[in-house]
Amino acid sequence: MSWVVNFFSSSVGKKVIMSLTGLFLCLFLAVHMSGNFLLLQDDGGLAFNEYTKFMTTFPLVKVVSYITYAFIIFHIVDGIMLALNNRKARPVKYAVSKPSNSWQSRNMALLGIVIFFFLVVHLKSFWFELKFGHVPMDANQNKDLYSIVYEAFSQWWYVALYLVSLIALGLHLSHGFQSAFQSLGLNHSKYTPFIKGFGLLFSIVIPLGFAIQPIFVFLKATGRI
Amino acid sequence: MKLTLKIWRQRNSNDKGKLETYPVDGITTDMSFLEMIDVLNQQLIKDKKDPVAFDHDCREGICGMCSMVINGRPHGPWEGTTTCQLHMRAFKDGDTVVIEPWRAASFPVIKDLVVDRTSFDKIIQAGGYISVNTGNAVDANSLPIDKTNAEDAFDAAACIGCGACVAACPNSSGMLFLGAKVSHLALLPQGEPEREKRVLNMMKTHDDEGFGGCTNTGACEAECPKGISLTNIARLNREYMRAAIGSEEEVR
Repeated sequence: MSWVVNFFSSSVGKKVIMSLTGLFLCLFLAVHMSGNFLLLQDDGGLAFNEYTKFMTTFPLVKVVSYITYAFIIFHIVDGIMLALNNRKARPVKYAVSKPSNSWQSRNMALLGIVIFFFLVVHLKSFWFELKFGHVPMDANQNKDLYSIVYEAFSQWWYVALYLVSLIALGLHLSHGFQSAFQSLGLNHSKYTPFIKGFGLLFSIVIPLGFAIQPIFVFLKATGRI
Repeated sequence: MKLTLKIWRQRNSNDKGKLETYPVDGITTDMSFLEMIDVLNQQLIKDKKDPVAFDHDCREGICGMCSMVINGRPHGPWEGTTTCQLHMRAFKDGDTVVIEPWRAASFPVIKDLVVDRTSFDKIIQAGGYISVNTGNAVDANSLPIDKTNAEDAFDAAACIGCGACVAACPNSSGMLFLGAKVSHLALLPQGEPEREKRVLNMMKTHDDEGFGGCTNTGACEAECPKGISLTNIARLNREYMRAAIGSEEEVR
């Protein structure tokens, strides 16, 4: 099996891990964002809590969520390895540099770090609370995660933290989505314009969708709507 | 016109090196960038100072020797141009021009602006060749080749191995060079016998020589004096996966 190890430790192999895990996480983002729109339902969170119960107890979903955790870790570890290796390749920096590439393409690691710290806060607030914290029950005897989300998003600074992180996510996606296809060798005059266009749309729609949720809850909690 | 030059001076590969400032006068717009440095060097020799060492050979844009990062851009501000083909009309009287060597662990500085690009030669030695029968040259059109493939192979073969891609890349990656060299032969029937071995060995050498990995920023394509496209890197990735996963060849 040494060929597998050699393949994945080559610079192309590392990119294959980066792109496949990245694309899977894109799919995760799309599902996570759509499901969480239940936060906007005006039922005191009953539907959202029902959905939470399904997502945390249904066996197949559980398997997928463990795969998601694993892929997040692979994406991070592989990203750190790539970033360190790439830094080592240029020991002396330029005195003057006038880059012709985009800012986000050069700062994927930095954006990744921002997203990572967001993830820590995000998981601590909801995932950790749901698993290990004390969560009250709602009218349907489901764990009332909605009340915790409601409370968190009623603080302006917490919402602001989300919005900043979502900008980082959008920038990360705007390079990452199309870059994943290039890394997999999928560059074709017929499809690449579509992939690039879709990637750009994806990097706007996903953060925008995610942004609507905390803003909506904040406005509701502070009595503005 | 008068210019202020800030040039990287480094005595040898062990020296730390630093930017030094030189004023030059009497530069005309029809001079090439290298001729401008020739003028400076004449002046330095007259003053009994060490002239600036820089690589140059053909001075007609095809040898790939003139490696300089000029005001933060490999080969200077013009697109699709080598330093020797960059003319002084690209600058204005009184401009400050910063000149640095290629920056990469795999391109150590030998002196001033001269870097050692042996790592590129090693990549070529690892697989940039084909098997041919000796004897009389075969008829030029005996092998049918699809026109699109022939054109793509020719575009890839336009790579002059100057290393501007490495110099421009934030990761000092040699993937555009490697992609061009692999594509050039992978697209043609002549390259078929060593197709898998070639990409595996050349990739291994690329990584061993200390080049970084590609993060698809596109800086290489933008700075390449020969307009080598990123599609060559995608093809390289495909070829590598094809060889590593889909062939009997050993992945080292």
